[in-house]
Amino acid sequence: MAVEAATLPSGGGAVSHGTGLVEQTLAVARRAVVRTARQRGLLVFPMLFPLILFAINGSALSPATRIPHFPTRHYRDFLIAMTFVQGAMFVSITAGVDLARDIESGFLNRLALTPLRTQALLIGQLGGALVLGCVQAVAYLLVGLATGVTLVSGVGGAFVLLGLSILIAFAFASLGGFLALRFGTGEAVQGIFPLLFVTLFLSSSSLPRNLIKTTWFRDVATYNPMSYLIESLRSLVIKGWDFQALALGFGFSLVLLVITLGLSEAAMRTRLARR
Amino acid sequence: MMRFFNVARGVAWRSIHNTLVNPAILVPSIIFPLFFLIAFAGGLSRIADIPNFHYRPGYTAFQFVFVFLQSAAFGGVFTGFAIARDFDSGFARRLLLSAPRRSGIIAGYTVGALLRWALTGTVVTVAALIAGMNVYGSGIDLVALIALGVIVNLVSALWACGVAMFLRTEQAGALIQMPVFVLLFLAPVYVPLPLLTGWIHSIANINPATAVLEAGRGLLAGSPVKVGLAFLGLAGGAFVLAAFARRGLASAERAG
Repeated sequence: MAVEAATLPSGGGAVSHGTGLVEQTLAVARRAVVRTARQRGLLVFPMLFPLILFAINGSALSPATRIPHFPTRHYRDFLIAMTFVQGAMFVSITAGVDLARDIESGFLNRLALTPLRTQALLIGQLGGALVLGCVQAVAYLLVGLATGVTLVSGVGGAFVLLGLSILIAFAFASLGGFLALRFGTGEAVQGIFPLLFVTLFLSSSSLPRNLIKTTWFRDVATYNPMSYLIESLRSLVIKGWDFQALALGFGFSLVLLVITLGLSEAAMRTRLARR
Repeated sequence: MMRFFNVARGVAWRSIHNTLVNPAILVPSIIFPLFFLIAFAGGLSRIADIPNFHYRPGYTAFQFVFVFLQSAAFGGVFTGFAIARDFDSGFARRLLLSAPRRSGIIAGYTVGALLRWALTGTVVTVAALIAGMNVYGSGIDLVALIALGVIVNLVSALWACGVAMFLRTEQAGALIQMPVFVLLFLAPVYVPLPLLTGWIHSIANINPATAVLEAGRGLLAGSPVKVGLAFLGLAGGAFVLAAFARRGLASAERAG
């Protein structure tokens, strides 16, 4: 097994303590990627669902562009950012459920008997979700371009869009990982998903904040970091280079990543009884 | 006939009991419609300001009807998940062995779906009223609106029951849910039909859910439209899907 190979010396026998963090991470990540790739049936729905919503809402809500001061004439341009964030949320579930399965099956406990470092185990486990996040981001961008979405920020903006959406996906994946480590079951991870979805809809996902009429909803959207993740991606599509929006987007996703990775590491140590 | 009712009553009681004692089942079925109501009626209320948007009771009421009917449909869908879970756990096979009139099983599950939705529908209605929803329909109009919800719930439960019994695995969940979800969202959810443009307008025009939604909105506004068409379409759907559910049951019986 790849993971065992990374933790054992080439000649077999005693466990190596010299294997680097990077090799260990890659070994765990390779397994996570292969496992994710093998679950094609389970991957199709999370990948397609945001696209279905994009197709339906992109047309059904297009009359919204007739609201005075709406920032673009094409609602799809406005909506595409939500597709990326929604995809990232599904990534969090995939990551969490996969990790929870390893916990439930005892695989994580067996790994605990090896000299694998906690960080390698954690980041490696999220590798499959990260690859899924990359594939999704590229797919959503291509579908968006194919359906007439134009990026005001140009080709450079497309690369930033991909980079930011992958970062957001990784941050959500580590959130899923934390939930799995904290609760230990896939059911619990899936049970949290509606709450994530609520935060997405209580944001500026469907209308710009300044055009939200209901005051309490606008306030919630303003205090909801999800709004800034969406707005940063959206800015690249409809505004061009809005550095404030980008800074907020990168900032919030990095903060989410750092917090969830930190919490995950602590939860992993607790679960593996390495305190 | 008595044996049919006994089976139906037993299955319905178990279905609603499981729902009420298990927060993991109960909470999402209540939270989701509420959250849709908040997100659509609250977050999108500015849409009522676009030119030619005319719905007298206002945007909260406009969205309430969608969420009300959607919760009815998803009451059926969630029951399908429960049936699939019963097959995965082996309970459904024991039920098939012990039930003297197996068609009572379908009836029991559909009654369970209705009872489950009664709870969700009440919560959504109270939430909408608290949010200041205007109701201009008469008592008869509102009874007709509830009847629409009941039949939507029945149609959806029969669909879910059929799929769950044909496939007999929890993995059928996406297949149960997606067609219902897509059908509902391809109706005029956010704006009235005349304001839709492009492909979504063409599809919404022929989507049977559109007539049901427009009838519901008309009833709440006190100016009924397409009510006969909606009830006729739903009755036809219930008839066809009852046969589908019965065939699903036969398939499960053959599988043993």
